[in-house]
Amino acid sequence: MKKVRQQRKPSGGIRAVLCHEQAAGYVFIAPFIIGFMIFTIIPIIASFLLAFTDYDILSKPSFIGLDNFIKMFTADSKFIKSLEVTFFYAVVSTPLRLLMALVVAMILVRPSKLSAIYRAVYYLPSIIGGSVAVAVMWKQIFSSDGVINALLMSVGIPCEQSWLGNKNTAIWVLILLSVWQFGSSMLIFLAGLKQIPRTLYEAAIVDGAGKIQSFFKITLPLLTPTIFFNLVMQTINGFMAFTQSYIITGGKPLNSTLFYAFYLYQKAFTNYDMGYACAMAWVLLVIVASVTAILFKSSGRWVYYESKE
Amino acid sequence: MEQAVTADKKRNRSKQSGSTSKKIKKLASSTIYHVLVTLFGIVMIYPLLWMIMSSFKESSSIFRDADNLIPETFMFENYTNGWKGFADYSFGTFFKNSFLITITATIGAVASGVIIAYGFARFQFKGKNFWFSCMMLTMMLPYQVVMIPQFLIFQKLNWINTILPLTVPHFFGQAFFIFLNMQFIKGIPKEMDEAARIDGCSYYGVFTKIILPMIVPSIITTCIFSFMWRWDDFFGALLYLNKPSSYPVSLALKMFADPSSQSDWGAMFAMSSLSLVPVFLIFIFFQKYLVEGISTEGLKG
Repeated sequence: MKKVRQQRKPSGGIRAVLCHEQAAGYVFIAPFIIGFMIFTIIPIIASFLLAFTDYDILSKPSFIGLDNFIKMFTADSKFIKSLEVTFFYAVVSTPLRLLMALVVAMILVRPSKLSAIYRAVYYLPSIIGGSVAVAVMWKQIFSSDGVINALLMSVGIPCEQSWLGNKNTAIWVLILLSVWQFGSSMLIFLAGLKQIPRTLYEAAIVDGAGKIQSFFKITLPLLTPTIFFNLVMQTINGFMAFTQSYIITGGKPLNSTLFYAFYLYQKAFTNYDMGYACAMAWVLLVIVASVTAILFKSSGRWVYYESKE
Repeated sequence: MEQAVTADKKRNRSKQSGSTSKKIKKLASSTIYHVLVTLFGIVMIYPLLWMIMSSFKESSSIFRDADNLIPETFMFENYTNGWKGFADYSFGTFFKNSFLITITATIGAVASGVIIAYGFARFQFKGKNFWFSCMMLTMMLPYQVVMIPQFLIFQKLNWINTILPLTVPHFFGQAFFIFLNMQFIKGIPKEMDEAARIDGCSYYGVFTKIILPMIVPSIITTCIFSFMWRWDDFFGALLYLNKPSSYPVSLALKMFADPSSQSDWGAMFAMSSLSLVPVFLIFIFFQKYLVEGISTEGLKG
């Protein structure tokens, strides 16, 4: 390799530099480095500094030490509420969605002429689920005169309540929307299931294992790395959820669906309390990092990694 | 050997005797399977069907007979009413804005994603692992952490109410797309690069002549995902666009749905359904690529 490179001596200064492997590598990743500096590193530093200030955009930021953080945990009941709501949402909806995805994937893995159509039907909601159109639709489906109540009525269960107006059910409407979008996780599990060698199952049958046993001893352990990865990424996304809360419920009723990201947005762009919002963003980062770390810590106990020989 | 053959024959004989009852059993179980899976599928897409069907109903009857899926008469008035939009701007404007933002951002995402992926996949250079880790970490970084300073930067640049904040960052590479294309480039035998190099091709020539033609599938996957995500993006538009003339469809729908502006649900559902059409078309025609992309994304573990 090296010899080949030395033989073709490119002529000229800049050309010579650009054709060196070291430099060429940097030329290609240069867009990333530039973008990373401008859109990630500088903003991270700025947001960290702003977190210790009182800043309303109009006047200059003034340093107030840890006041933002102290206020958050001692004097801002809305903040505590949004934290609770978001924790509940992320911790309940992600495992439910993954469980749903796994169950349906196990059902659809059975080969059939129609399986492509089934897969498409189950996958469709997760393709469009993040859109405003679906959020608006979801809101109307669960309204007091929406389709859920109408269907309940037609099977003889009169129900007048608005699912979104009740502080106990509203969050479940949002969780249901998230679980409804299990399709992409299902596809991931289907791909994972196909990677499990058939010979393992055949060996299990020879050893006299039943279907349930081979599920718990073969399928599930071999899927745990996939489950783990998706659990981490989707839990993180759960903490950052915004659109559902903003469009469907507006955080109501009684802040029972006030997502953290939504409250942060309100602080920043409704109250123009930018310093406080930055402090909130850093708390979110710490929470997300801790949850990820806890999940990673726990992974040693339940995630099965094939030893590489 | 012979023993095995006789054993096989025996098994065949016993199979034949029980074949009819087994066939019935199999048929029954497969029927139950298909009925259940289909029923559940209907439950899954019922909300969507309901919205689409409602968009053809008379506005006042949508909630009155919410439990009837099929409208008594199909009418298209909701579409003509909804298309008029609000604040003097029709949905034509909003769709135009959406396409402009989405296509520009997608061009950026594809170009940068492919170029950066080639750098990471094919070169050994100092600091590569560091930059690669940085890139992967950006996937886990909550957007909220950079949101406010980014907003302030774009405000300083006078980019508010232009499409620039929604498109320019995509020209600098996005972790998911870089990763996706990297996986693909790694699958191309390195000998092809080396052969081309010996024939006098520069790294840049290898990129355009060898790599690009080989990774068309992952380029298509990148296009599709970028298009769908940008099309659905609502938060970016909410932050940076506050004039109706510059609204994309997602933001326009939200404003359209505000109870203060109106409550013509027929028109609302009509425009919502219409906004899903581009993504729906992608879903139908490019499903293979979607599945591939999702599998690379999720199987990293």
